[in-house]
Amino acid sequence: MQSKQGNTTIIKPSVNKGFFYELKKNWPLFVMLIPGVAILIINNYIPMFGIVIAFKRYRFHGNFINSIIQSEWVGFRNFEFFFKTPYAYQITRNTILYNMAFIFLGLVVPVAFAIMLNEITNKRTAKVYQSVMFLPYFLSWIVVSYLAYSFFSIESGFLNRSFLASLGIEPVKWYFEPKYWPFIITFFQLWKYTGYNTVVYLAAISGIDTEYYEAAEIDGATKWQQIRHITIPLLRSLMIIMTLLAVGRIFNADFGLFYHVPRNSGQLYPVTDVIDTYVYRALRNTNNISMAAAAGTYQAIVGCITVFTANFIVRKIDKDKALF
Amino acid sequence: MNGTVEIEKTGILKMLKSRRLGNKVSPTGNILINLLFIICSIICIAPIILITVISFTDEKELLVNGYSFFPEKYSVKAYDYVITAGDTIWRAYGVSILVTILGTILSLMVICLYAYPLSRQSFKYKNFFSFFAYFTMIFGGGLVPWYMVYTQLIPIKNTLWIMIVPYLMNAWYMMIMRTFFKTTVHESIIESAKIDGAGEFRIFFVIVLPLCKAGLATIGLFCTLGYWNDWWLPLVFITEHKLYNIQYLMYQTLNSIQYLASGSAQFSESSKVLADLPSESARMAIAVISIGPIIFAYPFFQKYFVKGLTIGAVKG
Repeated sequence: MQSKQGNTTIIKPSVNKGFFYELKKNWPLFVMLIPGVAILIINNYIPMFGIVIAFKRYRFHGNFINSIIQSEWVGFRNFEFFFKTPYAYQITRNTILYNMAFIFLGLVVPVAFAIMLNEITNKRTAKVYQSVMFLPYFLSWIVVSYLAYSFFSIESGFLNRSFLASLGIEPVKWYFEPKYWPFIITFFQLWKYTGYNTVVYLAAISGIDTEYYEAAEIDGATKWQQIRHITIPLLRSLMIIMTLLAVGRIFNADFGLFYHVPRNSGQLYPVTDVIDTYVYRALRNTNNISMAAAAGTYQAIVGCITVFTANFIVRKIDKDKALF
Repeated sequence: MNGTVEIEKTGILKMLKSRRLGNKVSPTGNILINLLFIICSIICIAPIILITVISFTDEKELLVNGYSFFPEKYSVKAYDYVITAGDTIWRAYGVSILVTILGTILSLMVICLYAYPLSRQSFKYKNFFSFFAYFTMIFGGGLVPWYMVYTQLIPIKNTLWIMIVPYLMNAWYMMIMRTFFKTTVHESIIESAKIDGAGEFRIFFVIVLPLCKAGLATIGLFCTLGYWNDWWLPLVFITEHKLYNIQYLMYQTLNSIQYLASGSAQFSESSKVLADLPSESARMAIAVISIGPIIFAYPFFQKYFVKGLTIGAVKG
């Protein structure tokens, strides 16, 4: 006991000796961090400083750093230019509205599915449903675009040739008709992620102590009452946190869904173009790199604010679930 | 004495079990729920079945009748073509396999090496380095500066590396791995190994990693899936045809059905073969081949993904 106390008093001052002492003492741990730190700097931190491109008229001068330094400083002109295009409103509206729909459906459908799946009498069939519905999560958006194409292809798709034809309805030019796409996009988002989210909530439900239900039953509670007064209240904090984290990312769209599933069809842009696809096309097709950078910066900054706000609220509810 | 306790216990268990049996949805409710899930399961699986059927359908039949679940004439010509003449396809498949294996191994190393020091209670700068990784999840420079870095600062555009490097470090996986280290390897094990004279690297590779095999498998599968399904990096950075991976090749073939033929050297000249090319069914065959490995490894994927999900939910 005595010696233990003695030890701590010896170690304690050495702990506060600063960075270089720590580096000398724990150098292997610092060496372990090097590869990760290097990747983060290249892949994430240098691009963060690259945000200055949005405030410059970017011209290539030999190499990256020179180009950034020597390009002419134009202040907010790139942003002005971007916000004057009709696209600024359109892509912001699309991104936010789709994400709002996804957040709502991504909460209600998986929670309902998880509760129902938990109530199925035969546990083995429940497991089969769960496995089948989880499968789409593992497919890439390219594969999903193939699946969509096999149904929506104008010349030979299943819907036009087999389904609508048998009903005697004229074939629809799916990839040129914007009015269907809000539903198709939302459908595929749900199709891909519902199984995954259901598993998340199912894991939480299986963690609920069965004693609650037993007690409720002794008191004569019906199944419906048990769900309303036990399951849902106990899932509430997970539901709030999952939703808030999604709200934090409301400015980020899933590029693959909006680019590959509608096959980047120009006629569909009014309802499928989102910030991410716009920035990509601006970088690729127009040569206005600075305006693409301005749109990207706009997304990064507003997105950062929403994440911070959402995280702040999550922290208030449950500190452990907060991102930082 | 012990016996009666045992009997009492089983008696209570039986009673509880019978209660649980009584605590069920009504038979009608059960049927309705089952019906709903059968429909949902069909919706989830039907498109995959459709493209598989298309890949086995006779090419002429596809042109005449379109895509159907029940074609009149089946054919394996598409697979014949893919196996015998699809050097473009096999090349892309090879690129995908190579990138996936190399990427998963390297990424697992980078992630584990970063996560381990952060899992150590005694490591003073763990909070700083945690934040250094977290912050990348909150804020980014956007596509344009990121693109500039890989094309102008470190010009690895159009090499295999560009399909590996950007995904090597993932803050989210790193956090899961850190939690894994923290919960499975107790600090006292490390301390006693230190007293026995083992260095940090030795402790990490000989003691810590073998104890965390389940965590390695989980994160390894996350990385494998990420690399195998990636089309984003080739879309942005790869223009050279011989470096296309299977996902990007699929993207190109969906855009232009002729792509398959144009890439294949011995076929590009003879237009007769080009006309014979079972292009519609062949591209669906590529899609089927690309999902093949995922379906085969599906039981593993599912098991470890659920595991990773539950660990990820409890942040340490």
